[in-house]
Amino acid sequence: MDLIGKHFLTIILFLPVLAALVVFCLPKQQVKVIRWVAFMASLIPLGLTIFLWIKFQQTIPGFQFQEQVAWFPAISSTYHIGVDGLSLPMVLLTTLLVPLALLASFSITDRVKTYMILFLLLETGMLGVFVSLDLLLFFVFWEIGLVPMYFLINQWGGENRNYASLKFILYTMAGSLGLLLSIQLIGVVAGSFDLPRVMEVWNNLQGTLLGLPVSTVKAVAFWAFVIAFAIKVPVWPFHTWLPDAHTEAPTPGSMILAGVLLKLGAYGFLRLVLPLFPVEAKRYAGGLVFLAVMAIIFGAFAAFGQRDFKKLVAYSSVNHMGFVVLGIAVAAVAAGTQHATLALNGAILQMFNHGLSAAGMFFLVGVLYERTHTRNLDDFGGLFAIIPIYGGLLLFISMASLGLPGLNGFVSEFLVVRGAWPVFTAATALSMLGLLFTGAYILLGLRKVLHGPLNTRWVGHLKEINLREVVVLAPLVILIQLTGIWPAWILGVINQAVTMLF
Amino acid sequence: MAAETLLWLIPLPPLAAFILITLVTSRKKALSHGIAIAGAGSSWLMSLLVFIQAIARPNLAENPIATSISWLPTGETALRIGVQLDNLSAVVLFFVAWTILMIFIYSVGYHNYGQPVGERDVPGMPPHGADVKDSHGHTHRVPSVEPMYSRFFGFLSLFAFAMYLLVVCDNLLLLYTGWEVMGLCSYLLIGFWYGKDSAKKAAMKAFMTTRIGDVFMLLGIVFLYTQAGTLNYREIFGNADLMHTLATTPAGFLGLSQAGGIGLLLFIGTVGKSAQFPLHVWLPDAMEGPTPVSAMIHAATMVSAGVYLAIRIFPLLSAGWEPGGALTPAMMVVGAVGAFTALFAATIAVAQNDIKRVLAYSTISQLGYMIAAVGIGAYTAAIFHLVTHAFFKALLFLGSGSVIHGVEHGVMHSGEHVDPQDMLNMGGLRKKMPVTFWTFLIGGLALSGFPIITAGFWSKDEILSGAFHGGQTVIFVTLALAALLTAFYTMRQITLTFLGQPRTEAARHAHETPWTMTLPLVVLSVFAVTAGWSGIPEHFPLIGGWLPNWFEHFTGAMLGHEGEPAAFSAVPLLVSVTVSLGGLTLGWLVYKGVKIAVDPLKKALGGLHNLLKNKYYLDELYNFLFIKPAIWISEVFTSRWMDRVVIDGILHAIARAFLWIGRLVRQGFDVPVVNAGGDALASGIKKGGAALQPMQSGRIQQYMVVTITLVMVFTAILFAILKLV
Repeated sequence: MDLIGKHFLTIILFLPVLAALVVFCLPKQQVKVIRWVAFMASLIPLGLTIFLWIKFQQTIPGFQFQEQVAWFPAISSTYHIGVDGLSLPMVLLTTLLVPLALLASFSITDRVKTYMILFLLLETGMLGVFVSLDLLLFFVFWEIGLVPMYFLINQWGGENRNYASLKFILYTMAGSLGLLLSIQLIGVVAGSFDLPRVMEVWNNLQGTLLGLPVSTVKAVAFWAFVIAFAIKVPVWPFHTWLPDAHTEAPTPGSMILAGVLLKLGAYGFLRLVLPLFPVEAKRYAGGLVFLAVMAIIFGAFAAFGQRDFKKLVAYSSVNHMGFVVLGIAVAAVAAGTQHATLALNGAILQMFNHGLSAAGMFFLVGVLYERTHTRNLDDFGGLFAIIPIYGGLLLFISMASLGLPGLNGFVSEFLVVRGAWPVFTAATALSMLGLLFTGAYILLGLRKVLHGPLNTRWVGHLKEINLREVVVLAPLVILIQLTGIWPAWILGVINQAVTMLF
Repeated sequence: MAAETLLWLIPLPPLAAFILITLVTSRKKALSHGIAIAGAGSSWLMSLLVFIQAIARPNLAENPIATSISWLPTGETALRIGVQLDNLSAVVLFFVAWTILMIFIYSVGYHNYGQPVGERDVPGMPPHGADVKDSHGHTHRVPSVEPMYSRFFGFLSLFAFAMYLLVVCDNLLLLYTGWEVMGLCSYLLIGFWYGKDSAKKAAMKAFMTTRIGDVFMLLGIVFLYTQAGTLNYREIFGNADLMHTLATTPAGFLGLSQAGGIGLLLFIGTVGKSAQFPLHVWLPDAMEGPTPVSAMIHAATMVSAGVYLAIRIFPLLSAGWEPGGALTPAMMVVGAVGAFTALFAATIAVAQNDIKRVLAYSTISQLGYMIAAVGIGAYTAAIFHLVTHAFFKALLFLGSGSVIHGVEHGVMHSGEHVDPQDMLNMGGLRKKMPVTFWTFLIGGLALSGFPIITAGFWSKDEILSGAFHGGQTVIFVTLALAALLTAFYTMRQITLTFLGQPRTEAARHAHETPWTMTLPLVVLSVFAVTAGWSGIPEHFPLIGGWLPNWFEHFTGAMLGHEGEPAAFSAVPLLVSVTVSLGGLTLGWLVYKGVKIAVDPLKKALGGLHNLLKNKYYLDELYNFLFIKPAIWISEVFTSRWMDRVVIDGILHAIARAFLWIGRLVRQGFDVPVVNAGGDALASGIKKGGAALQPMQSGRIQQYMVVTITLVMVFTAILFAILKLV
């Protein structure tokens, strides 16, 4: 028992790999068994995360459940993991969305075994990024997450999957290049990759480094970090891989892409950029705000301009993640003030919220696509009459995405806007244009799918959403509602990190 | 139970009803409406209990019924939310409770509960009616029950929850929540018959237009939260230091003070929700909802929320203003918007033929009245008109629904293809539908401000008198003109609908609606008269002072000072009586002789009539100015051009550049150097091997010679190297 207690995080982290190994040993014809094994196995990390959540002490500063083992002594990199109020919600989001995505994957019939193995490996990759407290380890997991996703899009994707998957992996790798070089630079300078140690050393550097002033070196490293994370978030104008990848990925892949992978970028900003480069972040925050507002406004416009339902949802991610970036920019400028605290609380909560609603939206689009084999909004119409339960769920998740008060999205957007208003008044006011068009594109989707004269093409053979699909959505619906009514359940944890870290 | 606890509980029964109906009873019609009415009824009962406690409590304004809990951790502090009932919310709660309960009961009859299921009816379309055979074997066409009957009650319950929440909450955040949830419900109810293209469009239009107001309102809320650190009404308005700071610090835009800036941002929310110019365009289209139940929600209840907000934030709008002094810039804006809307909408109402649309524009106009009252500082008059208007406008909307229902019945009977909502197709209904007629008449007279006996007279008179005494001549004249038009179009409506002779077969065969529909009419008509008695000014000639002016004392206490009753002057009273009676008479004279379905004003006004009928072409203008460009920016500029051409173009160019470099490397280096070099190496070894083959002679001596020679050579080389190092 003690062994388990001490290695709680490690167990969560590597259980999916173990599950992948088990799946690997199963005969590939046993599709049903493979599905259930993968799904049930993915529930264990979720259960453990919930236990972790309960055990987590909101009053203790710093990281909890830490583990540190020598890993790469020659360059003083260790296997150091732990969670705080920033990473814990992300861990929960990941361990929650993966089982749901696996359950959503039950309709996949092609090479199920390989698919499930890739998915489980993906989970470890993503979790690793969130729990790593060592820069090198962080990078390793960062890259590990890429590969399964590449194959998921490339092998199980839609028509344009080759272009989309290549764009996805090359773009991210291009960002990773700078990230790796900067991490090495920091490692060499600080003499360690251990994050808590790096923070002490790196932030107290004076004089010159490698023959250059420290500030120049830091600025270069800062931009390398920012570009890597900006591509991942994605921040406008680095976003064009997203609609392609999201649209071509299989439904569960899109759920995870939007639900978790995008959060890696934002997490990078919060975990590394803000603490390691406070001066640079403050100096260049104006640029970041500009990009955030562009993302909010043009993400909404672009979503409104789509006729492909999945692309519409994909672009909505650009719009929503813009608020996360806005919150980060506020924190960069006004660190230590009440405004920054509120904005950061909002930004982190927005990451979690967007994970829920985006996953739900992508899933609902997938449910419809599976039945109709079209995503063109003009092909639907009046479907509320034949699939009322689906319609109700679509309405609910759409409203969460729209930011209806009483549901989760509103709380986080309100906090970000509140934090941003006194710091970037004009930018906040401009971002309202994006919020307005959020309404426009959400209603566009609802109107084209559910409302209007019934498209008789679907009468008789469009089946109502089934029980398995409702089960996928149920946890999302519950959490969306709960967070909207009682956000304190998660904000208490987030607030811990925000008040301690920044 | 303590009033505080009751207050928390008030919004909940309808919410529970919504959840139950949606999840459990959606297939059972009677159970669904039973649950819904039980929910609305419990809220109504609790509201009245709390209301009685509230008016009995001394000093309610300083000591409201209130309680709150900590809701959102924000760093070291937390945002609290709670409920409270002060004088303003008490009177609002009173009319909300009554009107909502009446709507629920009325809906049962309106959606034809108990009627057969129509054979062609489908969800998402209004019921077409059903054929039934009577005992003589004759086939009759009768109205059929609404296919989505339960869903309607579900939405209605959610709506009721949101409205109650908005009224009883103690802070702007919860108010915003109720506000937005109501927006959602109104979207769902306007688009209730989602299969109709017009309903679908109207729903989207309503949501988007009000959302324009809402995003500004959100900015106002965060602005206020930033400055005050709280969103609780009392903590803000009751904090004199804070209010002083807000009133004296510039906001940084338009030369406003912070209080004015926040107030106006919030007020834009009101402009959207209460359908004030220029965001009024959604409300007339909202009449696409099931007639007139949801129409009434939009027109009599939800839109009141906007005015309620404007009254709530009056301390912000008027910060730095002394009664009798010059208006603050924010108040001027509010007053101008309200007065302009009042007149503007009244002119459009004159040229509408749809019975509901006339009422819709009349609502916009009357809301403008209240907004104007807020703008000129006639605080209690605004609340008073809000309350009386809610009663008589609810009455009128329900009455119009009853009329339409009756005429629809006639249409089914006669088989005529006429629009059952067009007043020109009616006439003479007073004999067919007596209850509807008499109640409608009371509502119409109240709306026109018929002197002394109706509630509308007292509240309207107070606003006019407020404008007059405040020295706001322009606003006074505008509002008086609007009142004249109001009386005129109301009489036009009554005459065309109920008086004279039927102009169609359908109207001839119309008949009275069931008791579930007429009972609410009767209840509301009682309030449409008596509500006015609570606020008769003490200085009114003859009857002033018979009853205490309870309303003014009660709501006036909210301002923290006893509003000194304005000195009596005969001018506004005379004007008010003249425009009311004059308008009514004029309406009667013009329309009493209409025999055929043509409006006599059409000829008289010519092109102007067309302009009014088409609502000044504002929809077309907005379409050209905003909607078309927005679609172009989204579809062409952003999606096609910026993302696909520019950004992806750059990416693809980079990709091509790397591809080109790759090819260059391959052809310039890989192929000639690496590949050719590798090939050369391989063939060189092969050739070397062949050349060395003769050495493998098998003779030991020969090997020895070679070995010794090589060892000597290597040793020499090694030695030389060591020497050099």
